[in-house]
Amino acid sequence: MARAISARHKMITSVMAWTAAILIFFPILWILVLSFKSEGDAIKTPLGVLTSAWTFDSYAVVQDRSDYFKHFFNSVIVAVGSTLLGLLVAVPAAWSMAFVPSKRTRGILMWMLSTKMLPAVGVLYPIYLLFIELGILDSRIGLVIVLMLINLPIIVWMLYTYFREIPAEILEAARMDGAGMRAELLYVLTPMAIPGIASTMLLNVILAWNEAFWTLNLTAAKAAPLTAFIASYSSPEGLFYAKLSAASVMAIAPILVMGWFSQKQLVRGLTFGAVK
Amino acid sequence: MATQHSQSAARMMMAPAVVLLLGWMLVPLTMTLFFSFKKYLPLRGGDLGWVGFDNYVRFVSSSAFWPAVGTTLIIVGGVLVITVLLGVALALLLDQPVWGQGVVRILVIAPFFVMPTVSGLVWKNMFMDPVNGFFAHLWRFLGAEPIQWLSQASMPSLVMIISWQWLPFATLILLTAIQSLDTEQLEAAEMDGARPVGRFWFIILPHLARAITVVILIQTIFLLSIFAEIFVTTAGAFGTKTLTYLIFQRVLESQNVGLGSAGGVYAIILANIVAVFLLRVVGKNLDA
Repeated sequence: MARAISARHKMITSVMAWTAAILIFFPILWILVLSFKSEGDAIKTPLGVLTSAWTFDSYAVVQDRSDYFKHFFNSVIVAVGSTLLGLLVAVPAAWSMAFVPSKRTRGILMWMLSTKMLPAVGVLYPIYLLFIELGILDSRIGLVIVLMLINLPIIVWMLYTYFREIPAEILEAARMDGAGMRAELLYVLTPMAIPGIASTMLLNVILAWNEAFWTLNLTAAKAAPLTAFIASYSSPEGLFYAKLSAASVMAIAPILVMGWFSQKQLVRGLTFGAVK
Repeated sequence: MATQHSQSAARMMMAPAVVLLLGWMLVPLTMTLFFSFKKYLPLRGGDLGWVGFDNYVRFVSSSAFWPAVGTTLIIVGGVLVITVLLGVALALLLDQPVWGQGVVRILVIAPFFVMPTVSGLVWKNMFMDPVNGFFAHLWRFLGAEPIQWLSQASMPSLVMIISWQWLPFATLILLTAIQSLDTEQLEAAEMDGARPVGRFWFIILPHLARAITVVILIQTIFLLSIFAEIFVTTAGAFGTKTLTYLIFQRVLESQNVGLGSAGGVYAIILANIVAVFLLRVVGKNLDA
């Protein structure tokens, strides 16, 4: 009898969960459908849209008319560049805080986190002015620097929570077995640290890819990544649903895939280790 | 283990990160403070001298200030209520045995990975457009007059768009918290005859309290500085001007840097009040 109840239970919860999931996912599904329609068909009633012909045209048009891949590469360079630069600075810092903690470690970590909470709009003009003075307004290098700085606290924190889980006993054991400092770093610690570094990297690429305050305010035609490119559709001319859909699908697809792989790390990264 | 030598090596390793963040914090902050005490109009005469607290007084006494405070509160409050309530419900549901659990989870968290400008524009055009939008078709199909979402119901529409983006975040964190709950405790309660409602109220909810606090605090920090969603949908029209958006307009659109900087200082103070609470919760975890 218990089994019968649990099968019925599973049936009910499944129907509810799938209904909720499809409702939530629907907007993404819908732009996927619209992206494969012609502009004329994309504004029909939902039934009309579904029964009209399918086409790849919009994807080609977006590339031809607006040089989509230039913006795509801007996004890649800015997201990956800022993440790698951030790791370069954060790995040694997190490493030393995790393995050689001092009285001040806690204070430094908390202070780093507090810089993340500085509202961007509060320092918009100074950054804007500095960028003009330095000649890096609307440049990829400028964005790489800013995004590296705003995500640095998260990178340090995530790495710190991962590194702290590497047991110190392993180091002692390696030392007892006669491993030198270099061997210790190369063969013992690095392999244990790589998963943590990889998931930190993944999450930060996602965050940098989607960042939409500095990328909108500090770029124009030249360095605009996808966030800013898509925003140019806010005052379009003529029919544009299919084009906007195709551009949107291409802008979110790589991140959706990465995001699905990083669900678990996402929680840890975004709550600064407060929820694991 | 921490010898003198390793301590100083550790300081060296930390230095770049600390110096960079210190610079990132202090330089622009000092400049914002500096400008906030000046009458500074880059396009209309430039630096027109010190004005004391004039900008601070004018920012809060302008007719746009209180509506912006109200809009900010509605967005933050509305999105928090919706995402926490639905988030708890969804997390409980996803914790149950479900066919295709992995796929369901993936579908539910997907909106979080959509960039803000995409979700703003997709909702504005493909769903809320009063002529060709999905809702307009649906309303006409049901025999009703389509709604001008972003002009007639601008605030509910914005709250809905932003909630859609943040619901996955709340759900994912609450689900993670539920799954860390000791099942033995629940089973014991069930054996003792606790009903589902009782189990939820007295065991699950208290266990979730900390995760809910974290969700509320982190979302508040992000929601206070919501920008792109408003930028691409209403551009601050129809009563959707938040404090962040008001400051953005003062600084970059009307180029009144002194006034905008004073607003920026207010925004920083506000964010700091929230941050103090968040840091306290996160800090507890460091001791554990």
